[in-house]
Amino acid sequence: MKPEPRSWGRWPRARHELRALRWRHEPLPLAPEDSPALPAGNGRSYGDVALNDGGILLDARGLDRFIAFDPHRGIVRAEAGVLLAELLELVLPAGWFLPVTPGTRFVTLGGAVANDIHGKNHHHAGSFGHHVTALELLRSDGSRFRLSPDERPKLFRATVGGLGLTGLITWVELALRPLGPAPSAPSAPSAASEARPADSRPELRIETETLPFEGLGAFFDLSRDSDEAWEHTVAWLDLSPGAQERARGLFMRGNHASREEGTGDPSSRSAPGGPRGGEPGAGMADRELLRAAGLLPPRLSVPFVPPVSLVNGVTVALFNRAYRLREGRRRGRRKVPLGPFFHPLDGVRHWNRVYGPGGFVQWQCVLPEGEAREGLAAILRGLRLGGAASFLSVLKVFGEREGVGVLSFARPGVTLAVDLVHRGIETLALLDALDRIVVEAGGAIYPAKDARMAPATFRASFPGWEAMGPHLDPALSSSFWRRVTGSDSAANTGAHERAGAHSGRER
Amino acid sequence: MKRCLIVGATSAIAEETGRILAREGARLVLAARDRAKLEAVAADLALRGAQVEGVFPFDALDPEGFEALVARADEALGGFDHLLVAHGVLPPPGEVDREVHERLASLRVNAGSVIGLLTAVAPRMKARGTGVIAVIGSVAGDRGRRSNYEYGAAKAAVHAYLEGLRAELAPAGVRVLTIKPGRVDTPMTRDFEKGALWATAPQVARGMVRAMERRQGVVYLPGIWRWIMLVLRVLPESLFRRLPL
Repeated sequence: MKPEPRSWGRWPRARHELRALRWRHEPLPLAPEDSPALPAGNGRSYGDVALNDGGILLDARGLDRFIAFDPHRGIVRAEAGVLLAELLELVLPAGWFLPVTPGTRFVTLGGAVANDIHGKNHHHAGSFGHHVTALELLRSDGSRFRLSPDERPKLFRATVGGLGLTGLITWVELALRPLGPAPSAPSAPSAASEARPADSRPELRIETETLPFEGLGAFFDLSRDSDEAWEHTVAWLDLSPGAQERARGLFMRGNHASREEGTGDPSSRSAPGGPRGGEPGAGMADRELLRAAGLLPPRLSVPFVPPVSLVNGVTVALFNRAYRLREGRRRGRRKVPLGPFFHPLDGVRHWNRVYGPGGFVQWQCVLPEGEAREGLAAILRGLRLGGAASFLSVLKVFGEREGVGVLSFARPGVTLAVDLVHRGIETLALLDALDRIVVEAGGAIYPAKDARMAPATFRASFPGWEAMGPHLDPALSSSFWRRVTGSDSAANTGAHERAGAHSGRER
Repeated sequence: MKRCLIVGATSAIAEETGRILAREGARLVLAARDRAKLEAVAADLALRGAQVEGVFPFDALDPEGFEALVARADEALGGFDHLLVAHGVLPPPGEVDREVHERLASLRVNAGSVIGLLTAVAPRMKARGTGVIAVIGSVAGDRGRRSNYEYGAAKAAVHAYLEGLRAELAPAGVRVLTIKPGRVDTPMTRDFEKGALWATAPQVARGMVRAMERRQGVVYLPGIWRWIMLVLRVLPESLFRRLPL
């Protein structure tokens, strides 16, 4: 069996025995003599948190059923293998949206919980785990627990952000956010209690504004000025070769558009079938509605893995310039559908293939507010000196809410995400240096994006990590966990393959 | 709106077919052996837009229950116009070393219970003078292969039975559809090495719903299997037996 690229960064590669899960009430298909197993979702984590080299992967995509949906209160319960994209097909026609969404909707519910993912609205809504009202955990010994902030709270806190290591999440119950403008007080959970009028037509667009900036100071000013009035904020940073330290970028902020302003728009009127009123069973897959929301699957695709990375200094510079010009021209306020605003990564299927057979590495850090200015400047300087150009770089100020989970990444501070072509040891050495800046500043590296941080970096990022100990399921493990806890240092040395060592195509 | 009884509703292909019918707002009665699985599928299909009118246990080895199931489904749906038969078991490999009762049991599930169910259904559909009966057969029924002739024998029996039933019910306006999936990646085949010809359950389900709406008798899914099996069927046995199948 050849090691295969299974994570979104397509590096490292790993060997797995796949076991498909299909029924949530059945015990895990594991025998006492089996090697360690790991629940896995849709493979959108970039690094090795969802890899288990040499072990078993429990493929949870087969757990893809809806269980219950209260369209009046906006509470949905579904099996953990359901994609956020699939969940939207159910809840959107009834006037509800995800409380928190990452840059792609092709992640599973279980994966969203296990990585306690965040989105552009962290400063208002916290992370995904803040909206999980309950979940079920199935352990390898066959025991099952209903977990929530009030039921077995310690195990709940170990499971949210717990990287699948405490057991299989079989189902998740989530408090949704109503479509349309936020209620006057920007606290999403309270909105769930208000009943939805039966004749509401969902507003499917975001009112957004794009503002160019240059320099980190300008970014921080924009962010501070926008945080209260704008539910969603994020900045794209131009990290073209040589230009890294200029910190040029586009600041994007958005709010759910209000219905009154949208009534004249034909795209939100053309949906057939009339008002849904949100009764379950009223017919959910309203393709017209999803089309208007920009939430249909992408038509574009990268059909194969090119023999070499198409991302290099030249293409990064070209892309970033084109992006800056295009978006810069769209300066000012406009309304855009939900999909393109929230899920820019979903515009092209299999976009991760453009990095060629060697794959790529994402690196995302968070720096405490007080250290952020200097820390970010040092990181940008490091990227320039290291000759590392990042294709897509994202900067955001998180809100004040601490994460729910022991290993939750999103926390007060400033986060930067970059993706780099994996050029082997030079890339790894550069990122090690950047890690040191982050650790010095008291920040953290994001496990869901990581495939290479050192154990010491992990421990510094998550000082409370040892609280996971009593909650870990003894039959479960992952490449990531063995690496950062040093419990199996030999298992991962083989993963440091140089780009091009493999042909890049599975049979 | 379709009024459909799905037998073997928890099989992967049936569940995916149910999701397509749910999107159309169909009224469904679901039957399968395992109560917990059935409840999970029923709740999901209801949220996807189906009106689930009944969820009944079905034991393929208990022919006494067939008539009762059909009657209850008819009552719940006000006379169903679509029947999908999707249950089955895949016998373990090792064709010669087989305990007699186990072998006969698998034949009863894969052939006997299908024929038994149709015996209960056919007169009602004939009397109503409309409707579609769709049964999941298999390419395995087209030739006896050394690796699965027990399964193939049952599917061949079903194939011949449906051919005759189709002829008998056609004048009454009832269509009988034999679905022959090739290799489908489902829990039933989880231990197989998957090659290029493997289809997914949603693919097969889409093809099946399409076929239900057309005037077709036998449908291979995906369509490429029609040509593969055409070749294999005309191959003389002296050659066929040498193939590594």
